[in-house]
Amino acid sequence: MTPTDTTQPPDQPFPLARSCPFTEPEPYTRLREQQPVSKVRLRGGEQAWWVSGYAEARAVLADRRFSSDRRKDGYPNPNGDPRFRERFRTQPPPMVSLDGTEHAAVRRSVLGEFTLKRLSALRPRIQQIVDRFIDEMLACDSRPVDLVQALSLPVPSLVICELLGVPYEDHDCFQSRTAAMTRRTVPPAERLRAFDELQACLAALLTRKESEPGDDLLSRQIAQQREQGAVDHARLLSTATGLLVAGHETTANMITLGVLALLEHPGQRALLTEDPGSTPAAVEELLRFFSIGDTVIARVATEDVRVGGVTIKANEGVIVSVLSANRDPAAFDDPAELNPTRAARHHISFGYGPHQCLGQNLARLELRIVFDTLFRRIPGLRLAVPVDEIPFKTDATVYGAHELPVTW
Amino acid sequence: MRIEADTETCVGSGRCVLTEPAVFDQDDDGIVVLLTDRPAGRAAARARQAASLCPSRALRLMEP
Repeated sequence: MTPTDTTQPPDQPFPLARSCPFTEPEPYTRLREQQPVSKVRLRGGEQAWWVSGYAEARAVLADRRFSSDRRKDGYPNPNGDPRFRERFRTQPPPMVSLDGTEHAAVRRSVLGEFTLKRLSALRPRIQQIVDRFIDEMLACDSRPVDLVQALSLPVPSLVICELLGVPYEDHDCFQSRTAAMTRRTVPPAERLRAFDELQACLAALLTRKESEPGDDLLSRQIAQQREQGAVDHARLLSTATGLLVAGHETTANMITLGVLALLEHPGQRALLTEDPGSTPAAVEELLRFFSIGDTVIARVATEDVRVGGVTIKANEGVIVSVLSANRDPAAFDDPAELNPTRAARHHISFGYGPHQCLGQNLARLELRIVFDTLFRRIPGLRLAVPVDEIPFKTDATVYGAHELPVTW
Repeated sequence: MRIEADTETCVGSGRCVLTEPAVFDQDDDGIVVLLTDRPAGRAAARARQAASLCPSRALRLMEP
């Protein structure tokens, strides 16, 4: 009998809400120690494999016998919202949901937009954008200021809009929809409507780019597709939506949590302000420490696979706990400590395997510029409320804070 | 040490270039380009790190 047959899934449905922004839920630690690949019950009632060890997580994510196709039977739905699942079945699969050569072809069509050379050419513009929003913060008469609305959301939003080629007069349409999609106070039905409206804005933009191309990602995608035969509208819309959504809230949450952590650890903040050369390592550590996309990575086995001492059978769902893998003491010494000088680059906060985040180096660049600039320009920045009064996104798919009131 | 880079499996994460730009580069499409296939000293150590970070396991190291 394999251990899987004897192990009872824990009573609580997974993933668990984070009760503290700085620690992993206690059952995560226990499961990882007992059995790094184990069965859990999800919120919707179904069971799935929970991969919590670092080595096991990398093994699963590099193994092409695990599929990313969320339309397949057995693909887990960790957050239990059937409306979104229905969407996945009725719309053309986004890049994150494709496998093998089909995935590689779509990824390669946009990869050239994210090379390190292209990104370093964007650096001065991102710096301007960050400076502009900090100027506005400093010019603001009333305090406290909500950092989420003043800096965390607008910076990545404007960066990705400009990269895609959204004209300035359309920024409001995009920013209000993306903001509505991520705001807790907006009811779910309205959030879905915001998503539909965002797609309508993007579809209109794509049509315009076909006749009036500019020097931007979407225009280059259209030109590339024309060269190959015909423009695939559905594919372009899916890619554009994916880039906009993926590049937006994730980076925003990391800005918010990173600023919070650095405000709470003045010694570590001093490291950064005294030596900006230390920022890249600090960014890697913050990415590891918060692991904001804890349960966004799921797979379904296409055949029986042996991993972490158990057999995952064909058609069984798998969730890779990014937070748990990034807190595995086998991969990181004293994993519960936030240590910006540690070597943390091997974290899996951007995933691992062929789907590893396409925009990861854009995110790194934005985070470095924001942290360096914010603490240099507002050295007296501090939290305006105690940490336990900050509304964290305790049960959102991507962790973060809804608001971060700051003053100086 | 000799390195081989598999441009078919490369997914263009750029992790190798960030780790050791003296050994690795990207072409305009984001795919890995080797600047040398025989790094020595610190570059060799960093090339090893790059191979362990590569998300698609596209880098192969051959010793010596």
